Amino acid sequence: MNSFSYLNDLIIPGGIIIAQIMAVLMPVLISVAFLVYAERKVLALIQLRRGPNVVGPFGILQSFADALKLLTKENIVPANSNKIVFLLAPIITMVLSLAGWAVIPFAPNWVLADINVGIMYLFAVSSLGVYGIIMAGWASNSQYPFLGALRSAAQMVSYEVSIGFVIITVLLCVGSLNLSKIVEAQETVWFAIPLLPMFVVFFISALAETNRLPFDLPEDESTLVAGFFTEYSSASFVLFFLGEYASMILMSSMTVILFMGGWLPPFDIFPLNAVPGVIWFVIKVIFILFLFIWVRGTFPRYRYDQLMRLGWKIFLPLSLLWVVLTAGFLIVFDMVPNSL
Amino acid sequence: MIKYIKSFILFELLQGMFLTLKYMFKAKVTINYPHEKGPLSPRFRGEHALRRYPSGEERCIACKLCEAVCPAQAITIEAEPREDGSRRTTRYDIDMSKCIYCGLCQESCPVDAIVEGPNFEFATETREELMYTKEKLLENGDRWEQEIAQNIYLDRKYR
Repeated sequence: MNSFSYLNDLIIPGGIIIAQIMAVLMPVLISVAFLVYAERKVLALIQLRRGPNVVGPFGILQSFADALKLLTKENIVPANSNKIVFLLAPIITMVLSLAGWAVIPFAPNWVLADINVGIMYLFAVSSLGVYGIIMAGWASNSQYPFLGALRSAAQMVSYEVSIGFVIITVLLCVGSLNLSKIVEAQETVWFAIPLLPMFVVFFISALAETNRLPFDLPEDESTLVAGFFTEYSSASFVLFFLGEYASMILMSSMTVILFMGGWLPPFDIFPLNAVPGVIWFVIKVIFILFLFIWVRGTFPRYRYDQLMRLGWKIFLPLSLLWVVLTAGFLIVFDMVPNSL
Repeated sequence: MIKYIKSFILFELLQGMFLTLKYMFKAKVTINYPHEKGPLSPRFRGEHALRRYPSGEERCIACKLCEAVCPAQAITIEAEPREDGSRRTTRYDIDMSKCIYCGLCQESCPVDAIVEGPNFEFATETREELMYTKEKLLENGDRWEQEIAQNIYLDRKYR
């Protein structure tokens, strides 16, 4: 083996992969900054306020100013916390919320890892997110973070069950776990239309999964100070914050891929299908993110028992019923996708 | 039954969301403060000022009514006859950190000398700067005379 084969076998492909990862993650991180700004602005507009409007034109640079402020502050590690786990928790949250982007197809063949079990990977990564939160709550060694972490664990487990069933209904209609195949299967009609109840269940469960209002009990400001990240400051707080918003964008992309036809235009007619797929993808993700913020601006927080009741007594039976209905419908009308 | 159907199609939740969407496009109530300011009543009681007559002579005749009426005892006055025989203050201090902005000093003043002007942006970095002296008060009077005169004119019916 000579040194040229190292170059050809390791350095060049490795460099290409790193460049690809950067090309995906940099826009994600920048869009997190603008998502935070958009959230503050939309909430302000709903509440008849003006929102950030000082830093940069219309205040669009506000998030960068905030990040700069937070990063220059002191990182406080509580004296009686478990220091390693305490510092590891935000890193895990952040890494997991970025890892999911590996399988997201932005446009035909625009995907880092076109693996056959893409949806399983995505589901696994978004479920692992709860570990960061539990670690943060436990390592902080303080009552509010601990309560927040417990709530978050119970909440995520409950809603993952119904998310799982919703994904199964979609998979029954597609016959593949590959995300690109799922998008291509929606060429005739987006799944949001035939599977509308499942779309709604998925969206609401996604709110619970990302700890967004009205299900933000893990970080419930009015009762738990800031929930699981009460003890965090400076860079580790930034990591949690970035991770949370990145996973919000990830869940919206997942919604778009499963139900709103990913990169496909709404109608396959001339001016619409001339627009590049990635633009449609981004437009749809922005729409779902706007829904996230809009819901936050509208509804009050659920009580914890109501949250559990909704998850176990309504969503679980409903999604289970819909799995059976869909499967029966596909069998009766002989529409089972051939690859199954 | 209808109740269950309504809750399953999320009727009330969607209604709420349309309400918030409508509010998103309403006019904003926030005033962009340092650039825009809200309206002030002519009776607004802000920073104090000592006024002068158009001739430039100070109005205050050192009757000390304001000092006597001040419930916070923020005003300190010392007076002596001047060379021309008129009675004037040699010292007129207001401790702005004591003042409660009740406006009794301007109501008690027989010659409209001490008034509370429309200025409310006089925050300082040190406590000492809030111990206003006669010079500072007269300077305020010169700076805000136009506004103060306008306010007194607008309020004339009620005085």
